Amino acid sequence: MDNKHSNPGSGLAAWGFLIVLVVLTFSTIYFFWARTWWFPESITELGRRVDAQFVRTLWVTGLVFFLSQLALAYTILRYTSAQPGRAVFSHGNTTMEIVWTALTAVMFVGLGIAAEAAWSDYHALGPAPAHSNPQIVEVTGKQFKWYFRYPGPDGVFGRTKLELVRDDLGNYQGVDFDDPAAKDDVLTAELAVVVNQPVQVTLRTLDVTHSFFVRELRFKQDTVPGLPITMNFTPEKTGVYEIACAELCGLGHHQMRADLKVLTPAEFEQWMREQAVYMAPLTGVEPPATETPESQPQP
Amino acid sequence: MTAKPAVEELDLIETGGPPADSGGRLGYGDDGGDFRPATPRSPQVYVTGIWIALASILMFFMGLTSSFIVRKGLGADWAPFTLPPLLWANSLVLLASSGTLELSRRAYRDGLRSVYRRWWHVTTALGLVFLIGQLVAWQQLRAAGVFVATNPSSSFFYLMTATHGLHLLGGILALAYVAARSRRADLVLWPAERPAVTATATYWHFLGGLWVFLFLLLWLGR
Amino acid sequence: MSTEGHHGAHAAPTGFIRKYIFSKDHKVIGIQYIALAITAVFVGMFLSLLMRLHLAWPTLELPFYGLMTPEQYLALMTMHGTIMVFFVLTTAPQSGFGNYFLPIQIGAADMAFPTLNMLSFWFTFVSFVVMLAAFFVSGGAPISGWTAYVPLSALGEVAGPGLGWGQSLWIVSLAIFSGASLMGALNFITTTLDLRTRGMSLMRMPLSCWAWFITAILALLGFAVLLAAGILLLLDRHAGTSFFIPGGLLVSDRVIDHKGGSPLLWQHLFWFFGHPEVYIAILPGMGIVSHVLSTFARKAIFGYRAMVYAMGAIALLGLGVWGHHMFQSGMSPYSAIAFSLLTMSIGVPSAIKTFNWIGTLWGARIRFSTAMLYALGFVSIFVTGGLSGLFLAQPSVDIPLHDTYFVVAHFHLIMGVAAIFGMFAGTYFWFPKMFGRYLNEGIGKVHFWLTFIGVYAIFMPMHYIGLSGHMRRLPDLSAYTSLADLQPVHLFMSVAAFITIGAQLLFLFNLVWSLLRGKKAVSLNPWEATTLEWTIPSPPPHDNFAGLEPVVHRGPYEFAVPGADNDYTPQHLPEVRAAPAHGDD
Repeated sequence: MDNKHSNPGSGLAAWGFLIVLVVLTFSTIYFFWARTWWFPESITELGRRVDAQFVRTLWVTGLVFFLSQLALAYTILRYTSAQPGRAVFSHGNTTMEIVWTALTAVMFVGLGIAAEAAWSDYHALGPAPAHSNPQIVEVTGKQFKWYFRYPGPDGVFGRTKLELVRDDLGNYQGVDFDDPAAKDDVLTAELAVVVNQPVQVTLRTLDVTHSFFVRELRFKQDTVPGLPITMNFTPEKTGVYEIACAELCGLGHHQMRADLKVLTPAEFEQWMREQAVYMAPLTGVEPPATETPESQPQP
Repeated sequence: MTAKPAVEELDLIETGGPPADSGGRLGYGDDGGDFRPATPRSPQVYVTGIWIALASILMFFMGLTSSFIVRKGLGADWAPFTLPPLLWANSLVLLASSGTLELSRRAYRDGLRSVYRRWWHVTTALGLVFLIGQLVAWQQLRAAGVFVATNPSSSFFYLMTATHGLHLLGGILALAYVAARSRRADLVLWPAERPAVTATATYWHFLGGLWVFLFLLLWLGR
Repeated sequence: MSTEGHHGAHAAPTGFIRKYIFSKDHKVIGIQYIALAITAVFVGMFLSLLMRLHLAWPTLELPFYGLMTPEQYLALMTMHGTIMVFFVLTTAPQSGFGNYFLPIQIGAADMAFPTLNMLSFWFTFVSFVVMLAAFFVSGGAPISGWTAYVPLSALGEVAGPGLGWGQSLWIVSLAIFSGASLMGALNFITTTLDLRTRGMSLMRMPLSCWAWFITAILALLGFAVLLAAGILLLLDRHAGTSFFIPGGLLVSDRVIDHKGGSPLLWQHLFWFFGHPEVYIAILPGMGIVSHVLSTFARKAIFGYRAMVYAMGAIALLGLGVWGHHMFQSGMSPYSAIAFSLLTMSIGVPSAIKTFNWIGTLWGARIRFSTAMLYALGFVSIFVTGGLSGLFLAQPSVDIPLHDTYFVVAHFHLIMGVAAIFGMFAGTYFWFPKMFGRYLNEGIGKVHFWLTFIGVYAIFMPMHYIGLSGHMRRLPDLSAYTSLADLQPVHLFMSVAAFITIGAQLLFLFNLVWSLLRGKKAVSLNPWEATTLEWTIPSPPPHDNFAGLEPVVHRGPYEFAVPGADNDYTPQHLPEVRAAPAHGDD
């Protein structure tokens, strides 16, 4: 039989679409509404603004999604060839075209413009304003670990040389400890910062492109070889958060994680004292006398 | 119902279409549709094709050019080097070949077969001279210790001249092909050769212009 | 008929080699491309099957394979993406169906340059062989993803396994592929401009032809830049240049002797090609879906002109949005704003097309052939996949979503599903014309429903795990405590994938069975369509129109014309029975 007309069972196809599209639409809307899977809570003000823009976008796209899928289901169900007569003879409707083009343009481009404010603030700061007394940290990604360096009380990072890299001694970035500025540098394998204080990070890498990503901060920035990038963030809640690598960097990419510890000022002082003990063999500088340090997490 | 004749068996062209009573079974308008004998494929396609190809080739060199500009702008290790003076002579040769190509085309339009052929052969020879000149210029650079990886400026030099040269080699082959055709005793010059002449000339002039652009870029940016 | 200017190109070839191997017939070449794409898609699906097995059961030891190492997973992932994007989505939609049907739909006897056409296919074939060879060289296939970001892809074996010979073969394969695509694009554009039959103005072309034409323009411009990028990368790898590799690198305890290059330059060049590439993958599908929808709705496409302009706008804007892949890359944040606004604008012509498809169905009389099921499914999938792009197009919202499974969901729905649905629609629609037999509609419908439900089951959950922060390209989750809860979702997606991949075997079976024993198509125009391919025998003879040419009298979607005998009025019927055009054109 040549398929000149709808085959028997075409009604089934129409109902099939209705079921699939209705299940798709309502389950999707449900999962987004109920936040069954969702971002972890934002701990920065910028993060909350990103979330707000996400929700705005969700409303717009959700509306278009709902209307489109159900309109599709409706037309499929209603206009089958089981209906008598021929289809409507029409090549379109210019008025409707103009209306929905204009509506879509306003919605989409409007969304886009709304998104720019959070973006500008995210990037325009760059280095934190000097008067905000930021905690300065250098973040270095290397296949397949994150390393952090604090400049110490002098606020200056010592110079580095590639030839001086000694992973076995804990000198992952090749800090030249003959440089006086390096004597108080602190090298760690976890990032500790003080809550409610701006943190200025300079992102670097020694080998390939990585990406520094902390979900709760809503912070993600590729680390590009040859291009140090300085940005800042201000965490507002204490806790331990995961730092992930978000750019494929080789066979160990999935293991490239570190801890971000947001601490109270007292906890941070304690943490710094512990790190200083482990820096002593590298810098040759005796740490100030303190209580017994807890075990340092192995880098 | 007798077996349908195979389409190839029908003398559609002679009869101007399938029998009217075939009722849509054979196609070609036997349902009342409008068919007529086909017009042959126009050789105009070659000229259109060349222009499309030039758009693509231009895009390729724009990719290289933007890489050049970005890489140079990164500062640090861009070291100038002296371009071999031979390149100026080469450029003149290539521009001259565009000139002789136009002389050839004018002769072609006037139907002067032997003049057309002569200038066409000169153009081909000049093109070869240019290519050889480029290779000699490379040789001079290597003798001066400037190689592909010496610094980014030299890298782009070798890359741009090599890719331009490869495209030019294609142009020389096209010129040689048209030259070979022009030697046939039974050759009908006009209008049969026109697409080949036009397409090849368009390509050749483009490569000449492209060379001027690349040379200026490499010289000003060295 | 005089043979003046007739180069003998349309004398039918003789001999097996000239007819079926090194054929210059656009129909044979189209089938060759489709056959290559089908081979490639099954290879690609097999690779993804292995990936999904590993993601569902990370400690599983596969027979003959053992435990999958991270580098093996990354190699599978790289080759899966590369093979699918290039050898499936850039071949079948454009070079496969386009080669077969563009000349016929515009009333031509063949493409403008048949010999070049043959070369295009065989270069593509060689490219595929070179790509597959990467699996078998020492070090194996590359692990840098289909995006091959520098420096990972530029440093050689020192940066990881597969990055030596494997990566070099990958680059060479794509360079050859680029050349082949450029030749093909040249052919498509020249053919569309110069070989349309009498009466076939541009605005009377089927929308499939417009899609192939616009896609060819994108390919012409995009692949030229990919070729340039590939040459620069090969030079960095093998000639000691530093276009992309910066200085100061220490990799695997070795100081790398390069300096001054820019990893971002690679990204700019790659994505300048890469973004048009995804439109190259989807546009032909859009054209085919428009065509199939109209035919089986028995109604003209809603807003033909708007559909043409929308495809043009998508292509034009598509050339300017590549930076939206690079928001977090270290690129200037100001250019991010420009790229973002342009990207959001692409949503507008895409929405126009969607509304017009639904508008076509309004007041229609839908016939539910399998081809139509796929066309309808395409509309749903395109909406879903396209809308997630709106999140990714905003740089601030992109921050938590970039390099997560949210992106994987987006591009799989659009490319891995919608574009493929366009291909299925084309296959079920045109199979009778190409082979004189039908694909089995019953098996086709089972194939459709399993696939339609299956792909949603696989890819919708990816949005959710992406929201939870699940990064891409992870061979396993064990390092991240925050992701441990998501393992059951991986299991669900994998099971859905196994079922869906299994359903494709139904399609393969249908294909082979129908080629051999399918029901013969007695009618030349079984779907009662209006375009020129339905006026010639199935399969068509070597020169398509047997030395004749059709004369076109109207647009391609004249259905339900008042006063006409049938509910369809083919393009080549003379004016006699046609009512004056009504409504907006």
